[in-house]
Amino acid sequence: MEAYVGYFLYLLSLLTVGGIYAIFALGLNVQWGFAGLFNVGIVGFAAVGAYTYALLTTAESTFHLGGFGLPLPLGMFVGMIMSAIVAAFIGLICIRLRADYLAIATIGIAEIIKLVLKNETEITNGPRGVNKIPRFWEHFSEERFYSSWPMSWFGTSENWEAFFDKLPNWYWQPLFAATILLIVYIIYRMLERARTAPWGRMMTAIRENEPAARASGKDVTRRRIEAFVIGAAIMGLAGALFAQHLRLIEPTNTFDPAKVTFLTWVMLILGGSGNNRGAILGAFLIWTIWSASELVITGSIGLISNIFSTLDPSFLQTRAGFLRMMLIGILMQVILQRYPEGILPEVRPASPKADNNDAGLTGETK
Amino acid sequence: MWEFVNYYFIPGLVLGCIYALGAIGITLTFGILRFSNFAHGEIMMSGAYLTWTVMAAFTALGAYFGFSDWALHPLIAMVPAAALVILIFLATDRFFYKPFRKAETIKVVMASFGMMLIIRSAVQVIWGPNQITFVRGIAKPNATLSEITSNMGLQILMPNKHLFIFAGTIILVVALGYLLNRTRIGKAMRAVSDSPDLAHVTGINVDKVIRATWIVGGICAAAAGVFLVMDTQMLETTMGFRMLLPMFAAAILGGIGKPYGAVAGGLIIGLAEELSAYPWIGDTPLLSPGYKTGVAFAIMVVMLIVRPQGLFKGRSF
Amino acid sequence: MTQPVLSLNNLKAGYGQTEILHDLSMFVNPNEIVAIIGPNGAGKSTAMKSVLGLLNISEGTVELNGENITDTPAQKVIEKGISYVPQTNNVFVNLSVKENLEMGAWTRPTGVEERLEEMYVLFPDLAEKRNQAAGSLSGGQRQMVAMAKALMVDAKILLLDEPTAGLSPKYRGEIFGTIQKIKETGVPILIVEQNAKQALGVSDRGYVLVDGANRHTGTGAGLAADPEIARMFLGGGH
Repeated sequence: MEAYVGYFLYLLSLLTVGGIYAIFALGLNVQWGFAGLFNVGIVGFAAVGAYTYALLTTAESTFHLGGFGLPLPLGMFVGMIMSAIVAAFIGLICIRLRADYLAIATIGIAEIIKLVLKNETEITNGPRGVNKIPRFWEHFSEERFYSSWPMSWFGTSENWEAFFDKLPNWYWQPLFAATILLIVYIIYRMLERARTAPWGRMMTAIRENEPAARASGKDVTRRRIEAFVIGAAIMGLAGALFAQHLRLIEPTNTFDPAKVTFLTWVMLILGGSGNNRGAILGAFLIWTIWSASELVITGSIGLISNIFSTLDPSFLQTRAGFLRMMLIGILMQVILQRYPEGILPEVRPASPKADNNDAGLTGETK
Repeated sequence: MWEFVNYYFIPGLVLGCIYALGAIGITLTFGILRFSNFAHGEIMMSGAYLTWTVMAAFTALGAYFGFSDWALHPLIAMVPAAALVILIFLATDRFFYKPFRKAETIKVVMASFGMMLIIRSAVQVIWGPNQITFVRGIAKPNATLSEITSNMGLQILMPNKHLFIFAGTIILVVALGYLLNRTRIGKAMRAVSDSPDLAHVTGINVDKVIRATWIVGGICAAAAGVFLVMDTQMLETTMGFRMLLPMFAAAILGGIGKPYGAVAGGLIIGLAEELSAYPWIGDTPLLSPGYKTGVAFAIMVVMLIVRPQGLFKGRSF
Repeated sequence: MTQPVLSLNNLKAGYGQTEILHDLSMFVNPNEIVAIIGPNGAGKSTAMKSVLGLLNISEGTVELNGENITDTPAQKVIEKGISYVPQTNNVFVNLSVKENLEMGAWTRPTGVEERLEEMYVLFPDLAEKRNQAAGSLSGGQRQMVAMAKALMVDAKILLLDEPTAGLSPKYRGEIFGTIQKIKETGVPILIVEQNAKQALGVSDRGYVLVDGANRHTGTGAGLAADPEIARMFLGGGH
């Protein structure tokens, strides 16, 4: 029985983190797949969302600004807004320029965000990071939540305490995973709607033939900034969920650009950029490979170090991690060269007849 | 006054030299191959690791033959390392960039972004993620120089490593100038940078020009990497990435596709980063040293708003 | 019968899937200036680019002195002696005049210095500006640089794509004068022109292109005198 719970929880964690990455990939799909904007600072937007959420929702602390103990959804929402504001700043400057400049600027802003997080110790607790970040569902079992409104309406603190004592300590895990999957689904539906709506078709038109789109009087720069900001807001939300999942965030290892930004890119390209389902599929697929390869590596290192007892297993452990990163990098190159469309190629929202919502019918502007 | 010169201005110039050499490669790649090479910093970093390996191998060889004092100067060890760096550049181009030559630019930018992680991970697999000491000990100021200058009433304290870095940079920049203005291949590089299409229909061998670009960029990148570790005396796998932003800022500041612009941009960014920590007002640093990298970014953002073509009117897009 | 220097035989070509030239045949004989005229979008420049291997040729052949050079990459075509001057962006603006000419001589193994001197004689204006950046010159002078650059090799034929587009009448006359001087050096010229009247004036023969096929052929003077052609292109008053 215990073993099955273990497998079940592993599966849930795959779904949880895979789902968070799916949200990152969806956000990137708006920027890259829809609008052709090259963002290599995903980790920066993630960090903004995560830190905003963390500072707003944690209990008051002497280590960092706040926490303000605000409701969790509010923290997530403000995280999105903050991420969107950063994106608007970058977008307004760089989107009118050549695509390379946006790439450089996004990598730059991600670095600057990291610098701020590291150096503004009064606000962020610097390299030590923010901990005890409330996680959805699990937070109900914290005293500061059940002892106050609205949970206090339904039971006294003692009752709640007794209630949570009876639940297995992983009770929140399926609920948290389900919440994330629900968020993935909602974002997916919204993006699908946007994609087939006039806005989405205009994005396609701009990406495929910018001069023609400009000539027909479309405000190309504005549309692009919109896509960039929306994508960043989604990434900010994913960042907030990431903070919930980890509960402790710090500037360097949590937000390692190599990992977050790069994995998201590989996910989107593998799944099929421009295709929302592809983004989700790619995220779960790559995350499963990534996570399973860790198990395989750990297992084989255990085996090797049993045979060759002179080897230091921690040495192999760190090297193997980088080797895995390198292989993922090579995988990305292979996909780029051989399978540029990904598993699920982009489906053009061509004819309004194919749209199953009214937005398509009214949307025949041109 | 002398504190300013010795602890802010000279280190700023040293950093500027390193940025300048890195930015030359970036700006040439941008001008001739038309893309921002995100892997450039990692190539610099691997050049430094290779140089260290050559030095260590030489010392080990000496020990093997019973000479405990064999040591190779980094500038000599740099030569075989630079050759390897050039090979890495040419191989990356052949296998990862060339397939996208006719595709949209952003594809090759993505490929270079992938290369950035592949190269860094490879270095981490081979040499491990931890810091490695490049040269031990505290660098003492050059005695002759401080004696001469103090006789003249000055007080310049400069360790040998900085003298080497200045000399190396000057030699490389002069050589680059000669190459670009006096040699056939150098003029062709400028021509391709000017207009690849016209170069093509003029009959210029563009593939050859591209190879030359990687070779020049590789030499400068290896030198920049080695100069950096000569200065910090420490090898780190993240140092290439940390250099990337200031180098791009330098290339943009100088005007994309303009090698001299990149040199000027590099020196300005290097100086600005170091001088930003000088206590201009009161006793505390004007800007916390933690934000040095931010200076480069701020300069870049301002340039992109005010003058995207750069100081020397490079290509603007 | 003399063998043409360059001949295009029943060419079908275009960019990617779009076919622009439907059935094009033309030739240039030694010591000839041949003009291609026609309305916008008729495929005049495309015809020229097809010679350089810059297009997808689906049918037909391009021959240089009887040798089939269809689908040969541009660089090889140029090595074989076809020099091409594009319509726009035809000089390296950041390079000096002299450097531009040197680049033109990229495929020339020896005798670059001698050829440079010959060019300064042929284009006296350029001699005194040899060390100026080509980007600082006027439009007409740039066109001279572009033509001199193309002549740095031992060209078997010179292709000029609208050499007078956007130039003042004074320069136009000068360019056409130079074209005749080049012909006297023994290099045949194929020229695409909007200024049909002037172009036909200096040409030995001309082709009128409409919708990617040649509609009329004749001597320069004959075409210029043809009332239908006059109505179509010459009345426009360029």
